[in-house]
Amino acid sequence: MNQLTPPFSEEHEELRASIRGFIERELTPHAAKWEEDEWFPNEVFTKMAGQGLLGLKYPQQHGGQGGDYLHEAVLIEELTRIGSGGTAAGIGAHVNIATPPIWKFGSVEHKRTYLEPAIRGEKIGALAITEPGAGSDVAALRTRATPVDGGWVVNGEKTYITNGVRADFMVTAVKTTEEGGHHGISFLIVERQEGVKSAALHKLGWRASDTATIAFEDVFVPAENLLGAEHEGFKLIMANFQWERLAMALGSVGAMRVAWERTAQYAGERETFGKPLSGHQAIRHKLADMATSVYTCQCVTYDALRRFVNGEEPLKEVSMAKLLTQRACFELMDECLQIHGGAGYMRGDSGPAPHVERAVRDARLGPIGGGSDEIMREILGRLL
Amino acid sequence: MATAESVLKPDFAAKRKHFIFKDEHEALRESVRNFALKELAPHAAEWEETTFPNSVFTRMGELGFLGLDKPEEYGGQGGDYFSAMVLAEEITNANSGGLAMGLAVHTDMAMPPILAFGTEEQKQEWVVPAIKGEKILCLGITEPDAGSDVAGIKTRAVRDGDDFIINGSKTYITNGHRADVIVLVTKTDPEAGYDGFSLFLVPMDSPGVIKEKKLEKMGMHASDTALLAFQDVRVPASAMLGQEGRGFYHIMWELQGERMIGAAGCVAAAQKCFDHTLKYAKEREAFGKAIGHFQVIRHKFADMATKIEAGRQLVYMTAYRFANGEYPVREISMAKLYTARMACEVADECIQIHGGAGYMREYNVERVWRDMRLNRIGAGTDEIMLDVIGRSYGL
Repeated sequence: MNQLTPPFSEEHEELRASIRGFIERELTPHAAKWEEDEWFPNEVFTKMAGQGLLGLKYPQQHGGQGGDYLHEAVLIEELTRIGSGGTAAGIGAHVNIATPPIWKFGSVEHKRTYLEPAIRGEKIGALAITEPGAGSDVAALRTRATPVDGGWVVNGEKTYITNGVRADFMVTAVKTTEEGGHHGISFLIVERQEGVKSAALHKLGWRASDTATIAFEDVFVPAENLLGAEHEGFKLIMANFQWERLAMALGSVGAMRVAWERTAQYAGERETFGKPLSGHQAIRHKLADMATSVYTCQCVTYDALRRFVNGEEPLKEVSMAKLLTQRACFELMDECLQIHGGAGYMRGDSGPAPHVERAVRDARLGPIGGGSDEIMREILGRLL
Repeated sequence: MATAESVLKPDFAAKRKHFIFKDEHEALRESVRNFALKELAPHAAEWEETTFPNSVFTRMGELGFLGLDKPEEYGGQGGDYFSAMVLAEEITNANSGGLAMGLAVHTDMAMPPILAFGTEEQKQEWVVPAIKGEKILCLGITEPDAGSDVAGIKTRAVRDGDDFIINGSKTYITNGHRADVIVLVTKTDPEAGYDGFSLFLVPMDSPGVIKEKKLEKMGMHASDTALLAFQDVRVPASAMLGQEGRGFYHIMWELQGERMIGAAGCVAAAQKCFDHTLKYAKEREAFGKAIGHFQVIRHKFADMATKIEAGRQLVYMTAYRFANGEYPVREISMAKLYTARMACEVADECIQIHGGAGYMREYNVERVWRDMRLNRIGAGTDEIMLDVIGRSYGL
């Protein structure tokens, strides 16, 4: 399935090859250790920046590569080759959710202070929206920014924040009116400082990702760190949802492809009853079913991507792609585990394929993160 | 590009044309749809009892619908491959799986091999009147003892001077009773394995062609399905279609187009069933509100819409490759496999949403359910698709 497929062209495939080479050389060999450590080092960001990979879609005047969402899409697919969902997630949070609002809604000063060093890998960003009492239902946010002389004082708690321990700045959703809700939320860029207290969380998967609860205790944020219009932060949230969900769909397509390839290879080598696993019809049909699922997910996701890049606002298509791919990816990973048998269940040095059980755990987040399956169905149900 | 202002107002009501379709396809879509709704759908229930009449072919021939993607020199419209897909999609508005299948056998299964492998004389004799709807075509592959396993075909054609004598039996032949000619798969050299098959164009009024039975089916009732016997049927050597010994490969090629069109039909039929059920769910009340407003039902629709969209993208992307000269057997098999299963699942969920009404003939959903079930069997079963896909990876 390596034919050139719209919307990608030759140029994107060259980029793909170069990113893949870099990732397989510099990142993949360390994935197992980072997973055990529940942390990947910050130098991953500087290494990525050295290749220009943190600013593919950003304009050259800010130190980016001047590409577009299609180049970014290639990166997202290839990041899955690290074999560590958590590492891909940390990079993705920086590139796909924390920095885009600054690029789109930030002032020149914001871009100079946060976006440009972020593209250089010198400052690491996080997007802080979810709270203990508000996940998919963002209108229920409670973190409060109280106006004071020269800015705000922020109090509240955010959770499940990717890059939450290491982030130098957090693009944070806060209530700026008593009621909050759709016209009472604003975004502030909060720098790490005293009063910002992060605590790492331990997860089913995405282990190498630094995911944290962040408490804000009387944190002062200067007035100039307001991102976008006051009280209109809901727009910022909505503006990037489509790309975030599309990015998740692309990530799943990439991850499914890698897992399928590795599993097919394993099935061709592993012998049972005197022949390779793939010589048994039941296993061959499993692999065929899985390949069909990969291709289906790819077609749906690429169509949504093409529409997104064309400026069509494809809310329906993106929601469908997110819903379909996240569940399909988890199911595929589970089948990969099944084909690997006992070897698939082993971790670390205990088996020949420790990436398999990790991939299943990593994939389980898909139907939850970025808007759960149920939220996707709700959006779609209301559109129909 | 998204802006803060635009993203709050999704344009989900806008027309969302896929890039493979141009304005002319949309115009064609409109005219096929109107024709199907006005001239076919009103008779659908009756045709479930009687099978659809041959006049459907002549009428569609008049309208130019039987040769949309066929060359103008044979009376076709000279359109591209996507125009044939438009027909496959819009003909579902006739509310008759059997009619759609009878037409597809004529335009997309039997006709393409004659155009691709036939002599000029054969094209003039069969394709020209077929595009006019004056002659009807069918295709004979399956036998009582050989279905998906095409290599197991036993019908024999033996050379006798300048002629061939054909003996054997074919079954599940759509249009088998009404057709004027059959594209027949025979074995000409039993020792040569896959290289021992040849195709023939056999007029259905030839002495020795026996229409043994009208077969009764679970669904697709509007189509005529035959069990045929061939007893010492004599045809001239000029009736051979394509190269001697290449019949297996010819028919494998034919099956790709057939599967592609079938997949497009599955998506369209599922969409139509979905639309029909959506309307019902907005009208039907339970516990004081329309059932569509219950979250569980709303989510059922969201899931179905997602599956249908996935099928559509599979079909369009694969058709795009096919039309651009690739021969994507693997992806066609995937599209065929996925859409056939999907259409069955959607039809079943639509019955569920209709409740008791769905089980009644009056609401037409049970017909879709019965009709769609064939797609997981015909033109290569799910299991054959899985085998083709698996083997395509060298597994």
